Amino acid sequence: MIREIEIFVIGGGPAGLSAALAAASTGAHVLLCERDEEPGGQLVKQTHKFFGSEKQYAGERGIFIAKKLAEEAYQQENIEILTEATVLGIYEDGIVTVLKDGKHLKFHPRKIIVSTGAAEKFLAFPNNDLPGIYGAGAVQTLMNVSGIKPAERVVMVGAGNIGLIVSYQLLQAGVEVACVVEAAPRIGGYLVHASKLARAGVPIKTGWTVKEAYGNGKLEGVILVQLDENWAPIPGTEVDVPCDTLCLAVGLTPLSDLLFQADCHMEYVRELSGSVPVTDENLMTSVEGIYACGDVSGIEEASSAMVEGRLAGFAAAASLGYDVERASREVASARAELDELRSGPMGARIRAGLEKVNEKRGEATC
Amino acid sequence: MLIQNGIPTAEDLMKVMPSEERLRRGPAAIAECFQCIPCNPCAKACPFGAITVEPDINQTPVIDYDKCVGCRQCVAACPGLAIFVVDLTYKEDMASVTLPFEFLPVPEKGMLAMGLSRAGEELGWFEVIQVKQGRGHNLTWMITLAVPKDLAMDVRNIKVGGYRHA
Amino acid sequence: MRIEQHPILQFDRGEKVTFLFNGQPVEGYTSETIAAALHAAGIRELSHSPNLDRPRGLFCAIGNCSSCVMTVDGEPNVRICITKVRPGMIVQEQHGKGVVTP
Repeated sequence: MIREIEIFVIGGGPAGLSAALAAASTGAHVLLCERDEEPGGQLVKQTHKFFGSEKQYAGERGIFIAKKLAEEAYQQENIEILTEATVLGIYEDGIVTVLKDGKHLKFHPRKIIVSTGAAEKFLAFPNNDLPGIYGAGAVQTLMNVSGIKPAERVVMVGAGNIGLIVSYQLLQAGVEVACVVEAAPRIGGYLVHASKLARAGVPIKTGWTVKEAYGNGKLEGVILVQLDENWAPIPGTEVDVPCDTLCLAVGLTPLSDLLFQADCHMEYVRELSGSVPVTDENLMTSVEGIYACGDVSGIEEASSAMVEGRLAGFAAAASLGYDVERASREVASARAELDELRSGPMGARIRAGLEKVNEKRGEATC
Repeated sequence: MLIQNGIPTAEDLMKVMPSEERLRRGPAAIAECFQCIPCNPCAKACPFGAITVEPDINQTPVIDYDKCVGCRQCVAACPGLAIFVVDLTYKEDMASVTLPFEFLPVPEKGMLAMGLSRAGEELGWFEVIQVKQGRGHNLTWMITLAVPKDLAMDVRNIKVGGYRHA
Repeated sequence: MRIEQHPILQFDRGEKVTFLFNGQPVEGYTSETIAAALHAAGIRELSHSPNLDRPRGLFCAIGNCSSCVMTVDGEPNVRICITKVRPGMIVQEQHGKGVVTP
């Protein structure tokens, strides 16, 4: 049996939930498909207070934003939420297949919004496969979702926002953070997060990286090494740091497999941290009726993911003829919010990445 | 340097410090926020309209010290935990410092806590004179310490669990 | 080890249950994934690389990477980071690529 759907949202993180809520508010019917037990995405482990302005829930902790968005979505009559359901494919005939409870379900949506988020990147160094070496997000899940003390002594690799935030949250869980190492000469994340660690006595070592990990069957320590201005290791600077856990916070990359499969025009854009879909000003990809929002269309903050979700949701609903006048106003206001969020110096990379995407619009897929 | 290790320099701090004359008049908020990031809850939280983030949310906050009364609303509101309130008029020879805190255990009023600098160095034992928690989902505690006046611009944290009874 | 007190979070762990890991009883809670319960018990070696048989641990914890696959109730290649514990379930470390028995 193939079910007809108006708007099919893939992924119930901040972008997907916002897209579903926006579309449903116009009267459109939405099916939200989430592979986890509950919607919320990675917001469910963000215990820190968010930045941004009121419209993006600034000052509120991510965990409470997740709860609020999910509750609103459950209350909305015209949103159906399918949890523990993984989308397997988007096919040429427009059919979307889903794996749920060991069964293969088929849907025929009129519009698809892809908000599948991102995955953590890995780093190459000897013995990087030892148990005890984790993605920083994994350790965050263990401690903030499951309430497990994940380590005794951690070395964090990466001083972007994830590395800084997870280090602070490790301290909150009673774990010792030996140091944060960052290969770049500068801290990449927000400096207020870095200062929270500094005044708790956690050294942030910029211009340093992991030379190798060691341990017999499990991580027992790492050798760190300082880098020169050309990012080459400086011989003789090696230090041995005993630790039972190494966290890698070396960036995220878009989980864009479904968009590739759907034959969307994709481009590798370094500033957006991977292969991203070429979208128009409504966040529609090169395939008519397929939209992309949040980290899958370029790694950014959860606050902008929520605004992008709203934009895609209203745009998709308007294209089906729902509440066109209001939806168009909302699309315009979401665009203005995104411009504001990205207008500062921290938004420069995103702006450069999006410019590259815009230049590719209309070009043929190779 | 701040961009390399998260520790603001004297030069950074100069830009956000109220004047000595203003500090002699009573408590004042100090926003140790040096980077243009999209964020403005401090401005929304101030009941006196003393904090502005203008013309757009990417600017750093500017505090109007004629309006700021050092009420501490902004201390728990700042998502970056970067705002402190310093009162040089607390006692003749003592100042008070209010700092945001998000660890357990939380010290009790009247205890001594080990004060830490912006680099996490131990600066000495100081009396905890007030403990308050932000309302609702905020959950951030505001710890006020009595410190010698010459350390009022240095104490910015306390050591988790580093408490003892006076 | 489980976190007993946290400045921001409260944990609703659900019911305590016992399952078998490599034949040994391990305690977990119904809200926990197998990976979380094993970590609480101090077990961090979860799988083995299929060719060189090197020990592997958890990497992503959200079902992306397959670094934690085990055989659960006879089914190989189960991602234990997204599979909740159930009373009496039989969890076994896996060597090689796993064998599907019809």
